[in-house]
Amino acid sequence: MNELLQRKPGLRAWLLLAPSFLWLLIFFIIPLGIIVVYSFLERDLYGGVVWKWTLENYRRVFDPLYFKTFLYSLWIAFLTAFFSLLFGYPLAYYIATRPEKTRNALVLALMIPFWTNFLVRTYAWLTLLRTNTGLINVWLQEWGIIDHPLPLFGNTFAITLGLVYGWMPDMILPIYAALEQLDRSLLEAAEDLYASGWQVFRRVIWPLSLPGVIAGTMLVFIPSLGAFVTPAILGGGKRLMIGNVITNQFLGAHDWPFGSALSVLMMAVMLLATLIYFRTGGEEARRGGLG
Amino acid sequence: MRTSIRWALVLMLLLALTACGGQGGEATQAPAAEDTTQEATAEVQPAKEIVFYNWSEYIDPEVYDLFEKETGIKVVEDNFSSNEELLAKLKGGVTGYAVIVPSDYMVNIMIQEGLLAELDHDNIPNIKNLAEEWRNVPFDPGNKYCVPYQWGTTGLGYLSDQMDEPQTWAVLFKPNPDAPWYGRATMLDDARESFAAALIYLGYDPNTTDEGQLKEARDLLIQAKPGLAGYDSDTYEDLLAAGENLLAHGWSGDFLMAQEDNENIAYTIPQEGGVIWVDNLCIPASVTPEEKLAAEMFINFILRPDIGAKISEYNYYATPNAAAEKLLPEDFLNDPTVYPPEEVRAKLHFLKPVGEAEALYQRLWDEVKAAP
Repeated sequence: MNELLQRKPGLRAWLLLAPSFLWLLIFFIIPLGIIVVYSFLERDLYGGVVWKWTLENYRRVFDPLYFKTFLYSLWIAFLTAFFSLLFGYPLAYYIATRPEKTRNALVLALMIPFWTNFLVRTYAWLTLLRTNTGLINVWLQEWGIIDHPLPLFGNTFAITLGLVYGWMPDMILPIYAALEQLDRSLLEAAEDLYASGWQVFRRVIWPLSLPGVIAGTMLVFIPSLGAFVTPAILGGGKRLMIGNVITNQFLGAHDWPFGSALSVLMMAVMLLATLIYFRTGGEEARRGGLG
Repeated sequence: MRTSIRWALVLMLLLALTACGGQGGEATQAPAAEDTTQEATAEVQPAKEIVFYNWSEYIDPEVYDLFEKETGIKVVEDNFSSNEELLAKLKGGVTGYAVIVPSDYMVNIMIQEGLLAELDHDNIPNIKNLAEEWRNVPFDPGNKYCVPYQWGTTGLGYLSDQMDEPQTWAVLFKPNPDAPWYGRATMLDDARESFAAALIYLGYDPNTTDEGQLKEARDLLIQAKPGLAGYDSDTYEDLLAAGENLLAHGWSGDFLMAQEDNENIAYTIPQEGGVIWVDNLCIPASVTPEEKLAAEMFINFILRPDIGAKISEYNYYATPNAAAEKLLPEDFLNDPTVYPPEEVRAKLHFLKPVGEAEALYQRLWDEVKAAP
């Protein structure tokens, strides 16, 4: 055996890789294949599929109702990524510029909420946001700042807030990782050449942190696009995202093929977005980094 | 330092992934069946542990302790929140549930789909305790597949100190921005139930398959939306109790149970009528013989008069168990919200399977949910 392995180093590599290949095959490739195959079949009335090929499910994806829901989900995902970046970048910068000990403590603090289940954390927001008994509205009214409760719940605002809260650490950490590696002497060099604070940021810091920004944006955008728990809870069930439609195809409408078609389409869009983003963004980052 | 960040990122991704999967109910594994090799010859022994797949807050947890004390069988509870979810789980091939609680129309569907095991009446002698009217229900004549568990109605719960008793479904379907309950009302997040409310208000059959009538109902549901705080099937009674909302479309017993937290909660069935339903104890076809025996023992236990009475006292739903009724206090049996009087009962409808029209209901429900 040993001799065989020594004679064929390729075989050794294969043996090492086999468990992960098997894992991917069983838990990734095969389920994905089932989804794709199901998306071309006809539904059975109460769940399951009838083995007759059809394109009907993909035609229905472009039904204005579901298409609009899809656009709404894209809008929410965009808002979530935008605000996560807006609030996350300064925080990442702040953490990255602290002394090492503080830095580690702050990163830890950032991750502590993740030890609690996402569902529980989303429910916790309800206590704050509820229209009539939510703490924010109750306090604001008690202090006489507002007369009528603010519409903080059951709308786009609440959903976006919940998603930004949930995914912002995924934006902060990659940016932080990029900024933390930043060579201080480059900043000093820029200042020596009379660059203003803004110019240093725009010409040096931002381009160098761009890979982190891109990774963070993708990490926030993709799960937000497929979100279904947050709109169900913080949206009061009144706002439909594409994740809710897919969930309902399996748990309510018993239409597995249509649910599969929607999933395939969503994966395709995410893949496309990722490719475009990395291609254009990646180019820019490289140029920025070199120039 | 750099490696620790990389680890942090990996950890973060893993957590993100688990968060995504957080909502679905945990698949329950079947307790390892006892030695099945000699099953053909030896007599079947009941499983040591069974999983009861039930609606939330629907059984006094003490019942489990009593049952375990008597039989040594441990009952583990898992919850679902709609009949459709229950069906989806079974159709999806989830096994390990020994007793499930589908409502009337869903029993129909499940029998048709071959998802239920036939009950062995020899193991359930207490079935004789059932009231006559529940022995021959149309969806399962002769209790071949199921035993009625509890029954109740769907109507409106409200805070009696904040608003008058709602007489009509118009309180939801004709939203008035000046009404105190405007924006402080919820409807069930359940296609069949919410459509039934709209169809009954319109004077149509809540089991209609007529596209025109269903579209009218859809328009009505969309019209009601601005006056709603949300669609909710799980926490609506708590939100009433907390004073967040004033009005809720929901199931009778849930409101009565919430009276323990807020005595101003009241329940009524609007003049147009409402939905009546009965939930049933059934055994999925996928159980092992050991689980089936334990499940039948559990069903038999629930049918005991004292246990049946205990359950009704806990969840405030009417019991189909005539022997248990005898043990319930007079004021419970005379409570019109638990046992609607004859003239109200005449206006209550059972939901029935709608066959192919199911897809239309779901599609129109999506339109309601997506409407601004």
